[in-house]
Amino acid sequence: MTSETPAPVNHKATVKKLMLVVVSMFGFGFALVPLYDVFCDITGLNGKTNDEAVEYTADGIDTSRTVTVQFITHNAKQIPWKFKPLVQHIKVHPGEQKVVKFYAKNQASEPIVGQAVPSVSPGIAAGYFQKIECFCFERQPLQANEEVEMALQFYVDVELPKDISTLTLSYTLYDISEKIASL
Amino acid sequence: MTTDTLENTEHHDEHHDQPTGIKRWLFTTNHKDIGTLYLWFSFIMLLIGGALAMVIRAELFQPGLQIVEPDFFNQLTTTHGLIMVFGAIMPAFTGFANWMIPMMIGAPDMALPRMNNWSFWILPFAFGILLSSFFMESGAPNFGWTFYAPLSTTYSNGSTAFFVFAVHIMGISSIMGAINVIVTIMNMRAPGMTYMKMPLFVWTFFITAYLLIAVMPVLAGVVTMLLTDTYFGTSFFDAAGGGDPVMFQHIFWFFGHPEVYIMILPAFGIVSTIIPAFARKKLFGYSSMVYATASIALLSFIVWAHHMFTTGMPLFGELFFMYCTMLIAVPTGVKVFNWVATMWKGSLSFEIPMLFSIAFVILFTIGGFSGLMLALTPVDFQYHDTYFVVAHFHYVLVTGSLFSIFAGTYYWLPKWTGHMYNQSLAHWHFWCSVISVNLLFFPMHFLGLAGMPRRIPDYALQFADFNKWVSIGGFAFGLSQLIFLAVVIKCIKGGEKAADKPWDGAQGLEWTVASPAPYHTFSTPPAIKDE
Repeated sequence: MTSETPAPVNHKATVKKLMLVVVSMFGFGFALVPLYDVFCDITGLNGKTNDEAVEYTADGIDTSRTVTVQFITHNAKQIPWKFKPLVQHIKVHPGEQKVVKFYAKNQASEPIVGQAVPSVSPGIAAGYFQKIECFCFERQPLQANEEVEMALQFYVDVELPKDISTLTLSYTLYDISEKIASL
Repeated sequence: MTTDTLENTEHHDEHHDQPTGIKRWLFTTNHKDIGTLYLWFSFIMLLIGGALAMVIRAELFQPGLQIVEPDFFNQLTTTHGLIMVFGAIMPAFTGFANWMIPMMIGAPDMALPRMNNWSFWILPFAFGILLSSFFMESGAPNFGWTFYAPLSTTYSNGSTAFFVFAVHIMGISSIMGAINVIVTIMNMRAPGMTYMKMPLFVWTFFITAYLLIAVMPVLAGVVTMLLTDTYFGTSFFDAAGGGDPVMFQHIFWFFGHPEVYIMILPAFGIVSTIIPAFARKKLFGYSSMVYATASIALLSFIVWAHHMFTTGMPLFGELFFMYCTMLIAVPTGVKVFNWVATMWKGSLSFEIPMLFSIAFVILFTIGGFSGLMLALTPVDFQYHDTYFVVAHFHYVLVTGSLFSIFAGTYYWLPKWTGHMYNQSLAHWHFWCSVISVNLLFFPMHFLGLAGMPRRIPDYALQFADFNKWVSIGGFAFGLSQLIFLAVVIKCIKGGEKAADKPWDGAQGLEWTVASPAPYHTFSTPPAIKDE
């Protein structure tokens, strides 16, 4: 048998192409982060509400419908604040502006910066819940034992799907003092 | 495929200075040595991961807290999962790929032998790092092998950094291994070995390697985000800083679902090699097997959110992921029917590799069916995070992947060692395994349907009887693997001399070389003739 071997193939070219796949997939993993936000923004999925104030556009009030909006609050990781809605729920007509108040008190003996993160359930309704003014747009620095009433001004879009008659707005309060300090 | 044998039998190159002892293994660039290293490493990991599972089953033997603290229980379930997935199943298949792919395609070695050495030798460090955290103050990772944020970030016990670095190294190792396989298959096939003539194991691992290079970098990305969230103040998954914990699950499962096919596609390849050999028939529907494998791989990228039905997805999303998931049953069904059709009217004989393969077909199908049940969104709300899920993925991973690894080991062991294994011990291994594994995992279906949650060290009294039997099955299955160890060691040390082709129905180039396979094979490429 002749010891004729085939011409050596250039492995480098193949390896380079494959490395390109690896590097771009690593990048793709990170690209999923903004893509996820954009996707949720467009589709209004995952219960995220607008994170900047919207102008109130008076498209008229649909008095034929009444929607119940419920308010609930959670304290994440035992942040030592008292945090509660002053009204548990209200009834609104789609398109109608309402203002509700939330109460917060820092019960710790040192200042703490809080951040409330909203979420709407059912998630599909989040895109129709419009906040004109919200304390969640700002950080809440509270001194020891300081208490505050915070306002939320909102309306429910008249386009809200007909089968939704109850919305739940949930606020989770986080202690972000450390995060701010580390910046 | 017919081939002429050449003088491949005596190709010991004298001019190679062979280091001996430990140096042979440390510096080796030989695909057979590295394959052996991978296989032994994965077996050691199987025993370590299995030992962790034994402690889990001992704790769950009866209700109440007996042996371990709940936090340590979490560390056990987490490391058991990580070690079995990344340490036992994946390196075992890479071991098979290293040993068999060059011989199956008529190549002298892997394309990138030095990288091959490196991709193996970083693995022990990865698992060393992971396991060392057991001996630290923080303890081992306790957030589940799926390491959902914020369990692994905000609520981490301090083991996140070690966990992340271990996963990074495992990922780098897998990616290097995958690149090596792809380059070998694309560039080093013997003349005449066209793609559609490649043995099915080569095909399945080829596709698996593509899955690996596509999703392992995503895993590397997500653990990096985890690391910066935990230690550097970023907020990818932290709602307080504008991130989203549900996004973690999306990115993780974008990796995680292809990952489960990474662990089963090579198993399909091994079983598709063994069943024709002992049915003495050609594999039924070779090309449909190739296309089915490719379609499973492609579909695996668009089904990830079926792990997340209970996160509050909108109806459309649930329907989309449900139907896409159920679609995977079609190519998988093609495979199962092809295996059955291969056996149909074949001259069957039931040697150990065939027994494991038949057990694979039956038991993997059970795991596939419970997977279909889990794919149905409405019922998944009941099954989610129960023992039903545990039963499902152990049927596909233990009686699926692991059984195929046993089957492949028995099938090629004569080629690797030059000896036949001890038949009666091997029968003991098979029957003990197949009986105990069903005692171990089948009752878990009922426990799950009755509502027993997974990853909890205690349970309600009504689950006590089933859990006792499950634990007994678990101990028996664990001990049965020591028989396997005995068979393999005996076979390496001696035994009946194996013929070059010990299975009369076996096909493929690996049977044209001597047994044991010489250190260098196919230095001259074999001629592939048309049938």
